[in-house]
Order: sequence, then structure tokens, then C-alpha cells
Amino acid sequence: MTTVDAAPAGALAAGTVLAGIGVGRGVALAPVALVAAPPAIPADEPAPADPAAAEARLRAVLAEVGDDLRARSAATPNADLRSMLEAAATMAGDPALAAEAARLVHAGTGPATALDQAVEGFAAVFTAAGGDLAERATDLRSVRHRAVARLLGVPEPGLAPLDAPAVVVADDLSPADTAALDLSKVAAIVTELGGPTSHTAIVAGQLGLPCVVRVAGATGLAAGTPVLVDAAAGTVEVSPAAEAADRVARRAQDEAVVAAVTGPGATADGHEVPLLANVGTPDDARSAAPRTEGVGLFRTEVLFLDARTEPAVADQTAAYAEVIEAYAGRKVVIRTLDAGADKPLAFATQADEENPALGVRGYRLVRSLPGIVTRQLEALGAAVRALPAERQADVWVMAPMIATPAEARAFASAAREVGIVKVGVMVEVPAAALLAEAILAEVDFVSLGTNDLAQYTMAADRLRGELADLLDPWQPAVLSLVAATASAGVRVGKPVGVCGESASDPLMALVLAGLGITSLSMAAGRVPAARYALRSLTLEACRALAAAALAAPDAASARAAVRAGLDADVARVLLGED
Amino acid sequence: MPRRRARVATASGLHARPASLVTRKAAEGGHPVLIGREGEPGVDASSILSVMGLRLQHGDQIELSSTSEDAEALLDELAALLESDLDLVEQA
Repeated sequence: MTTVDAAPAGALAAGTVLAGIGVGRGVALAPVALVAAPPAIPADEPAPADPAAAEARLRAVLAEVGDDLRARSAATPNADLRSMLEAAATMAGDPALAAEAARLVHAGTGPATALDQAVEGFAAVFTAAGGDLAERATDLRSVRHRAVARLLGVPEPGLAPLDAPAVVVADDLSPADTAALDLSKVAAIVTELGGPTSHTAIVAGQLGLPCVVRVAGATGLAAGTPVLVDAAAGTVEVSPAAEAADRVARRAQDEAVVAAVTGPGATADGHEVPLLANVGTPDDARSAAPRTEGVGLFRTEVLFLDARTEPAVADQTAAYAEVIEAYAGRKVVIRTLDAGADKPLAFATQADEENPALGVRGYRLVRSLPGIVTRQLEALGAAVRALPAERQADVWVMAPMIATPAEARAFASAAREVGIVKVGVMVEVPAAALLAEAILAEVDFVSLGTNDLAQYTMAADRLRGELADLLDPWQPAVLSLVAATASAGVRVGKPVGVCGESASDPLMALVLAGLGITSLSMAAGRVPAARYALRSLTLEACRALAAAALAAPDAASARAAVRAGLDADVARVLLGED
Repeated sequence: MPRRRARVATASGLHARPASLVTRKAAEGGHPVLIGREGEPGVDASSILSVMGLRLQHGDQIELSSTSEDAEALLDELAALLESDLDLVEQA
């Protein structure tokens, strides 16, 4: 077997192993389905030798795209998608679009460049007009992507419908791409870009799908090639040998061992560490409720980011109540809106920021759009007050992006005023971790968001996959801020949870328990492995592992130190080692 | 060269759906037709992209013209369409 770290020129030989960063622990064996990226226009496209023929080809391609879009429209059951496809089909057949592209071709422009310029001419007018018309620019560009792909003879962007389980391979998946997938046919997800905290990875975690990101050369795989995706090892093996099927079967047995451990999250000696779910919608909550002990992170922004107008207070209350009811009698931690220039709201104008991660986001919205923050708290307060008195303390509400004790105090007082009983804040800014005790004096609990804490501690953008090593939650600097926050909680006797993705790494779960973290929240699909890991060791052993991790000089040796402290069987099951 | 004047009657302006009713009629008519604000150069009335790009609003005075002498009836139909409130027309 050979390992490559760059895209090879030709087809990949059987047995080639591509390496990336694994997300989750699953393993899958299935053929590749490629999601093609929008085609790039060649910078030096030559002038057409025969402009008349080039024009004829352009017009034929636009007609084909129109027919194809119309056929897709007719075949789709989703009414919104159907009318979007129909509108795009009409644009593909637009006489002025073809005329402008033809004019450019006759003026000596290459056909793909001509089509691109013609589309951008109209799209610029639409974008400048804003509103409804600006959205049409997106439809128009989807026509451009398809037509240019045909002109250049490359695959059309997107994924053809899957008829059998497949490993979806893409540069990266946008939320729209993910929404278009038939998840019942997705065996695993492999991306060339992205990172372990990117959108793709988070979605894969929620669905319990094996996923490997940052796999150099992945998009060079030929469609239909069988690949073995091993998320625990972070590898993609091309056309694996026949024994691979045995490996998949053995791993399935190990997964059965993991799944057989049930009950609340606790160490071998009964120290409880509740295992909670990260959810975004009432549907997520209903699906996670039977498998988890509560909600550790309800991301309310999902309600807001898709909305064209601010959700009415009553509608917000109803959505919050649905999640609370899905977990009736159990804890639900609700995070207030975490939006900002990086996650813009369609209904509120926010200044463009050069550094959106460092800008007005999370609770800081109270500075620019205080009404949105106030109305959300009103809605949350109403959801709490509607509950019988003995259940009101089950609903915990926390604010994201708190940097100072004063911010924590202001949020807590506003929240208590509307009847919220349990108030907390996120610790994801290093300033908050350093002052955790002062912040805990203002609130009832804190929750560590380790993805952002790593981003801000290491000054490394979460969305820059090439910085993934710096974003590693095992980085000693990040671990020591987590440890400082946890011990502040122990000193003042208030809960300190973790709701970042690091809670879902079963080895990290042991360290966090050892540091005194009181609950772990993760994608519901990751809970069984964390439960199995915790049940394998006593609290004392977890403390020893935490001390070893904290003493390690770098991320890799911290993780290795914890790995070395595990029983061999446990390590094999958890890490998928053969 | 036949010409017609009309005033946009659709209350919400000639956005995507009402514009598509006009461009479809123009395309089915079989004659080249230009549409534009009075005094400005017109665009192809059968092009949804061009017509939406005009961003015609309620009350805008527009002019239709054709180089085809046989387009009189088509221009009458298009003018009548523009002078009705297309928000009230059910989508075909």
C-alpha cells in the first residue's frame, strides 16, 4: 500500500490510501459518487476559429440546459425547488442572453468566456436591484455553471441522483448541496477541503455518517470506484482488497459493543457526566431525545438564518416550546442567537466587517440590533413561564460570545427579568476562560464552546482547513484554558459543561471528565462512543489521564498519552485499530 | 413601424411573474418587439432577463415598437396586458 499526499495525475491504483482528517468513527465501503464543483472559465480561452459554429454550439448548449432543467423541474416533488428549476429553465432559453453571448463570440471571445460575461452582465443588474431580483442572479448563475460545464466537456456541478448507497466525494459541500442529498443513499462523505469543524463535518456527525475531510486527491477519484472510508483512521482506501469487507464487518461488531452500553453517562465508579445532544431544530430534538439525557446546545440561529423576516415572538416561543417538550422532564440548554457578519441575517442590515469572527457577533448584537436580542429573550421567557413551576429550572438559557463579567451580568439580569430561571454564558473567548470565576459569579452555569475557544486561543480561522492542526482541541494552550474554566466551576460549585465538537472525541471526553467538566454535549450520533469510553474508566483514572494530557508538550503527545492509558480492547473498539 | 404607448398597471411593478406573462406573449407573437421606458432605447420584449432588468414600476410610461408591419395586433395585445393588473392574473 502506498500513501499519497497530492492529487496524482492518472487513475488511482487499487490499494492506494488517501489520508485526511476523520470525523466520527464509522467505516463504510461503497462506490464513489462525485459532486462536481462549478467549472472555472479557462483564463486563456482562445478566440473561436469559426464564430458561426461557436454560436450554434452555444445556442444548442443553452437549449440542452433548459430542457434538462425543465425535466428536473417536472420530476421534483418539492414545490419550491420545482419553481426555482422552472425559472432557471426559462432563463436558459432567454433570447437576449443567447444574443449577447453570440455577439461576444463574433467579437472574438471564447464561447465559455462569452457566456460567462453575458450572464454576469444580467446578474450585475439583478444584484444591484436587490431583493427578489438579486435572488434571480443565483438562478442565472446556476444556468451559467451548467452551460459552461457542457461547453468545456466537464461534469455538471452538483450530484446526480443516487440509486444505491455511495460515498459522496466533493471539494466541499455547501449547506445547499447537503440539503439536496438523499441521505438514505449516502454511505459516507469525503471532502478535499473543509475541516473537522466545517459544515460538512458537523452535518455528518449529526447523521452518524463516516466522514473524512481534507483528503488531498479525493476529487481525483473516478466515479464508481469502490472505496473504504475509515473515519476513525482518517483514511480512504481505493479499491480495497477483498479482506476489506471483513474489516468493515469487524468494525460493525465493535460498534455493536459500543451500542450495547446504555444508561446515563458515568464513569466505571458511577461519577455521572450527563451526555447531552447538540440540536438546531425541533426535528433534531425529537430525533435525539430517545438517545440522549438532555440538550446541551440548542442553536437557535437556525430559526433566524433561513428567515426572510424576523420570526415573530409567538412563533419563536412555539419553536422553543417544541424542543422543551421533546425533552420534557430533562434539561434543555438554549443558546441565544449566534449571528453576525459571518452568519448574516437576511432581515437586518449589518455592516460588512473585515474580521467577522472578531466583530459584532453572538451576544454583541445587543450593541447594534438590541431589539432582536430583547425579543428573543421575551420569547424564551414566555416559553419558560408557560411551564409548571417545577419544570422551569429545566430550561437553561445562555448567551454566546461573552468576553467580560459585565456582559455576563447584563445578559443575566435581562434574562432573569423575563422569568428565565437558569442563566448562563458560553466560554469561547479566552478572556472569559481567564476570568471564569468572576463570570461564574454573575451566572448559574457556563458552557465551553471548544471550537471557537480553539479558534480564538490559537488565532486560527475555523474555516481555514489548512490550519486544522492549530485548531486541534488537544493543543496544550486550549486544554489549559478548558482546565482553568473547569476548576473555577469546581471551586464555586457551579456547572461547567462542554458543547463543542471536542466533547465527541471519546478520548477527550475522558480528559474532560477528569478535569471536572459536569456534562458533555455533542451530535447525538457521537454519544454512544463517549458513553462507552466513560464507562471503561474510574473518575480517578480520568483525572490521571487529564493530568497526563495537560503535561504533554504538544497536541499529538497529549492525545497519545491518553491513548496509552487505555485498556487494549477499549482502544481497539474506540479507535478502530486493527 | 407600429408603436404603442402604455402605462404599467401592475401594482407591485413588473417583477418576475408579471414580466413572464408579458415576455411569453411577446415570444408567442412571432414578431420582434422592443419594450422600454418612453424616450429610452427598448429591449427585446421576449427576454425575461431584459424585461426584469428594466425594473418597471407601477405607473411607468412605456413604449412598445416593432419593425414588423404585421405586429399591430400583437402590440395591441401587449399594451392591453401591460395596462392590466397582472398580480390579479392567475398563473397559467
